[in-house]
Amino acid sequence: MTSAPKPIEDMTFEAALGELETIVRALETGQAPLEESISSYERGVALRKQCEEKLREAREKIEKITIDPNGAIKAEPLDAE
Amino acid sequence: MNAYQDMTSPPNAQSNVPEFSVSDLAMSLKRTLEDTYGHVRVRGELSRVSIAASGHMYSSLKDDNAVIDAVCWKGVMSRLSIRPEEGLEVICTGRLSTFPKRSNYQLIIESMELAGEGALLKMLEDRKKKLAAEGLFDPARKKALPKIPQVIGVVTSPTGAVIRDILHRLSDRFPSHVILWPAMVQGQGADKQIVAGIEGLQNIEAHGLPRPDVIIVARGGGSLEDLMAFNEENVVRAAANCTIPLISAVGHETDTTLIDYAADLRAPTPTGAAEMAVPVRSELLSMVQDSGARLLGALTRRLEDKSASLRLQSKGLGDPTKLLDIKTQQLDRIAESLTYKVQSIISERQNKIVSVGGRLKNPKDLIQQKKMMVERWGDQLTAHRMRMFERPETRLAHAGKMLEAYSFQNVLKRGYTVVRGEDGQVLTQPESLSAGQNVALEFYGGKTRSAVISSGDAKIAPAPRKKEKPAKKKSASSQSKDTSQQSLF
Repeated sequence: MTSAPKPIEDMTFEAALGELETIVRALETGQAPLEESISSYERGVALRKQCEEKLREAREKIEKITIDPNGAIKAEPLDAE
Repeated sequence: MNAYQDMTSPPNAQSNVPEFSVSDLAMSLKRTLEDTYGHVRVRGELSRVSIAASGHMYSSLKDDNAVIDAVCWKGVMSRLSIRPEEGLEVICTGRLSTFPKRSNYQLIIESMELAGEGALLKMLEDRKKKLAAEGLFDPARKKALPKIPQVIGVVTSPTGAVIRDILHRLSDRFPSHVILWPAMVQGQGADKQIVAGIEGLQNIEAHGLPRPDVIIVARGGGSLEDLMAFNEENVVRAAANCTIPLISAVGHETDTTLIDYAADLRAPTPTGAAEMAVPVRSELLSMVQDSGARLLGALTRRLEDKSASLRLQSKGLGDPTKLLDIKTQQLDRIAESLTYKVQSIISERQNKIVSVGGRLKNPKDLIQQKKMMVERWGDQLTAHRMRMFERPETRLAHAGKMLEAYSFQNVLKRGYTVVRGEDGQVLTQPESLSAGQNVALEFYGGKTRSAVISSGDAKIAPAPRKKEKPAKKKSASSQSKDTSQQSLF
């Protein structure tokens, strides 16, 4: 599908999901040759994995910015109220 | 008035100034205020409108440069022809009063009427038009929000419900990395802090912190004055120029501040901003899984379609194994006949060997044979030697006997007769006889003469005896006698 496939590990969630959806639609319309279908399927599986990975990666982290008298900006954990 | 004049009249002002108690002054002020402003008409914009549980309305009247607190008692409220609302430009009639306890003064409203568009709102409207004319609110400037922000920057007060609501909703939907930039959200200098937050978050990478990919600028509900910081031009410009997608969430749904026009997205509430910033993780997960399932399904269908059409095509092509079977069968047949041929050649050769070998005598047999021959020859040799050593007399006697045994006389003894012609020749053929011919017959017992009666039908007739002659030759006479005998009968 893509002329120059990006390395999947570098893709954002949106890009990976977008390409996955494109691949799914292309496969469902069934226009591409079989060999291409199989390779796009393989890419689709990798994209799905990437998407799930990105979703799993999400961790809660709350920081608060403090600016000390000489203007240095720091982040420190925000105390949950 | 009189008291004041009395106070200033003494020549030594310092010492002659009478000393008031706070209460006296406060009471004096109250009197002065109420006497002087016992009935006033004042035009201003309603602000900080709040109706207490008691039913009294507490509010303030303001214009660009001043504010006066106002109160409307419950009894008056019910008689008002209009409903007091924030931002309404009104003309109020009433009196001024003050509490000595606090010495704040306030307008006690006795009636209220609409005065048209509020000046402050007009000012904001004018500012909005100006900024819009600059293109700060252009839809083309709006940036799309990332689907899943990695880092979310929030500019708001570090205390209070707003940040709590945002964090809580974020955590529910999609636990994220949040960087809070604390800022005052109302009062003097709030606008500058908000601008610092928006700009600071964009440049936060310089301080080794991750740059947010979405910023929320939030504040809870409040009066128009409370929200004024978000109407300030510097704040609106900072939001419009922000390179990071920005969500504004100021006040309640009905409150609109100018930052809302400049933001990429306006949220009705801080909680709404959190909902806009992040998707629901579980929904995304099921979306991804759904895509994965569709992917597999589509490929499976593809493969099934292809294999079905392959089966169809290959039916037309014919079964290659059948072709192969035929060839295999041919090969088998040829191989079989080859084996048969080879075997028959072998067995032919074997037969030949057997027959040649059969002719080739076993040397043992040959030796045996030769041995037997030698033995036989040996025996004969012995016999010969024995005979050689026999006495001549014996041999002679023996030979005589043998001669006797073979003589024709002995044949005559058995009843045979020798016929001879007149010349004494033995007659052996009936043709040699003719009727009336004389023949001599020789019997065992002697000779007699006789004549032939007939030659065809032989008839024995007595014939004159001819001279008796002994047989000259044994073999010849026996031979001739046989034939003549036959012919006689």
